[in-house]
Amino acid sequence: MMFLRGNAACPGCPIPRELDALLEVTGERTVLVVPASCTTVIMGDTRGMPSKVPVIHSAFAASSAIASGVRSALDARGEKATVVVWAGDGGTGDIGFASLSGAAERNEDILYVCYDNEAYMNTGVQRSGLTPFGAWTTTTPSGKAESKKPLPKIIADHGVPYVATASIAYLFDYKDKVRKAKEMSGFRYIHLLSPCPPGWRFDAGLTVEIAKLAVETGIWPLYEIEKGKFRLTSISKVLVDKKKRKPVEEYLKLQGRFKDLKGEDVKRIQEEVDQMWEDLARM
Amino acid sequence: MINLPPGVPLARPSLGSSGQTGTWRVLRPVIHYDKCTKCRLCFFYCVENTIDLEPNMFPKIDYQYCKGCGVCAQVCPTAAIEMMREVK
Amino acid sequence: MQVTKGVVKALVGNHAVAYAVKQAKPQVLAVYPITPQTTMLEKLSEYVDRGELKARLIRVESEHSALASIYGAAVAGARVFTATASQGLLYMTEMLYWAGGQRVPIVAAVATRALASPWSILDDHQDFMSKRDAIWIQMMAENVQEAYDLTIQAFRISEHENVVLPVMMGFDGFILTHTMERVEVLHDSVVDSFIPPRKFNLVDFTDPVGVGPVAPPEDYIRMRFEAKKAMERSKRVIKEIFREYEDISGRPQHGLVECFMCRDADYVVVSMGAWSGDARVAVERLRERGAKVGLLKVRVFRPFPFEEVRDYLRDCKGVLVMDRAYSFGSGGILANEVKVSLYGHNVPVHSLVGGLGGMDVRPLHIQTALENLMEGKLEEERWLL
Repeated sequence: MMFLRGNAACPGCPIPRELDALLEVTGERTVLVVPASCTTVIMGDTRGMPSKVPVIHSAFAASSAIASGVRSALDARGEKATVVVWAGDGGTGDIGFASLSGAAERNEDILYVCYDNEAYMNTGVQRSGLTPFGAWTTTTPSGKAESKKPLPKIIADHGVPYVATASIAYLFDYKDKVRKAKEMSGFRYIHLLSPCPPGWRFDAGLTVEIAKLAVETGIWPLYEIEKGKFRLTSISKVLVDKKKRKPVEEYLKLQGRFKDLKGEDVKRIQEEVDQMWEDLARM
Repeated sequence: MINLPPGVPLARPSLGSSGQTGTWRVLRPVIHYDKCTKCRLCFFYCVENTIDLEPNMFPKIDYQYCKGCGVCAQVCPTAAIEMMREVK
Repeated sequence: MQVTKGVVKALVGNHAVAYAVKQAKPQVLAVYPITPQTTMLEKLSEYVDRGELKARLIRVESEHSALASIYGAAVAGARVFTATASQGLLYMTEMLYWAGGQRVPIVAAVATRALASPWSILDDHQDFMSKRDAIWIQMMAENVQEAYDLTIQAFRISEHENVVLPVMMGFDGFILTHTMERVEVLHDSVVDSFIPPRKFNLVDFTDPVGVGPVAPPEDYIRMRFEAKKAMERSKRVIKEIFREYEDISGRPQHGLVECFMCRDADYVVVSMGAWSGDARVAVERLRERGAKVGLLKVRVFRPFPFEEVRDYLRDCKGVLVMDRAYSFGSGGILANEVKVSLYGHNVPVHSLVGGLGGMDVRPLHIQTALENLMEGKLEEERWLL
């Protein structure tokens, strides 16, 4: 147990389990760099933190840069350890984008895990670049008009050695990817779907179910790109066949943030997912 | 050991860093062991890591910290976990 | 310690500071170019490339990342350095407060430069002065020799166990960065024994800690109070380190302030930075004519040497404070600090604001202002337009 109980996460929040699963693989010689995010609060305060590994809190935009520095210092003193950035979607794809891209371009030897709850959840559910089309947030009350920023693809285009997507419902797939990434060097990126009960408006008990449906409907393909080679993983391997994919409605109808979606919006989402899979099939 | 002048912003690992989170519960998960098949899905998927495994592989919920989210009840394939009203 | 005479070189400011950094042996450097600091980082890149400096050079994508990356490296136990100016210093301001509030030993050089808007790449002190609240020790050089000396001292000061604060060394853009002067550098072995190996480290897998967590109010204010006490303690430490450096270099280091002909002076001009040299010339010329004037040069701006400034100025008939930065809606920044030093003493303090945006200031401007001050004809605040 690397992430202790009695932390500040909301009931049903997958972050404690996601972090514990990560640390089970990377072990006690891990340094976590955590920018402003839900995890900053979950990480307790000066009176105590739930992490059993060193944590370096980071300014919102700076986590990739801070991690680059930590890595350099550990290398300078010959210390073997994994430097992990644990950042939300805002701190990765919006405000942290410049330092993320810089670190990827320099192929910094760090493991970057973006836990994507698809909005600025820590400040009360405001939209981020990674909020999906049609989702309600406090700053997009009528649903987000723009599409989700395709972060894993953008990072892969930097030519880094490893990019993968993961979902908390597929724990072994996630841990396998962390394990594989840990053994590599260079800039490794894992994009982890992290459903948020208060932000996505669903009952706290449905977290794993929703993370599962995201994959089963094809909205969240599980894949890895290792040294430029694309490969689907886990059940996503069989989902190239449209008949095997559940209709996106099954995923959307469980979440209050999609309750005002019109029929044509759902159709659009379905079409975009189908189109994405046609592109993936060709890769 | 990390030795620093007083007043440097640091935190050390601590169980229950945000208190006795078991008091947050409205619903409490109760395991009906007669239905439990020891599949350990509740143990794997508990998002708070508050389910332990007994030596005989039955799951045991740590009620001191369980927040009552209900994920365990949802993932249990035999519906062996029931969410009941927390009675104080 | 024995005085080992140094080696005399002709160096421009940027290269002198780069040389000092090389001798201090940092392990991680962050480089991001900005006029007028660029040639310093180029020189450091050269040193690393040739193997003369064994350090990791992180060629970051912005100044914010420059300070963030060396913050991370410093927290994880490495000796670090970066340099910046103007807009870059502003861009990394968020991380300046992180480093100061977290009490991390870091050394940064600031090649002072005017702030946009409007654009100017020329020298003034606005960037440096605007960071005075960020819990950093701030020192400013008058010439290239001081820029070299202060850089070496900065590494020692920031890592001292009674200090543990980041240190900013300011030196005038172009006027010092790009001007070649005679510099006496210490031998590498002397610098090695002057700056002991770094012990500061917050990443220890046998004692895992969270660095910079959330703090409830009681803790937050107590931590700020401890930072304030560290700043106060650093005054004594800085003076001791200056004295020790004097011993090993054979050159006077003056302390938190330098008094030039000011002990018996009736009128003293107070300044910081390169134009102190121009003030010196003005003072010498007036002294030749029999006027009892002097110069008080402030070398350490944070922590501000209130006691020294008060002691040198309390018996003056008038004080002229030169400011190359301004607090809009208030007044000259150094002037305001001097007024605080003289609180309770009946000494008129006048403010001379000039040099903003690289505006040239000559000894004659300073001399005229001093003459007007002595004649009782000087405004409370004069701008050299």
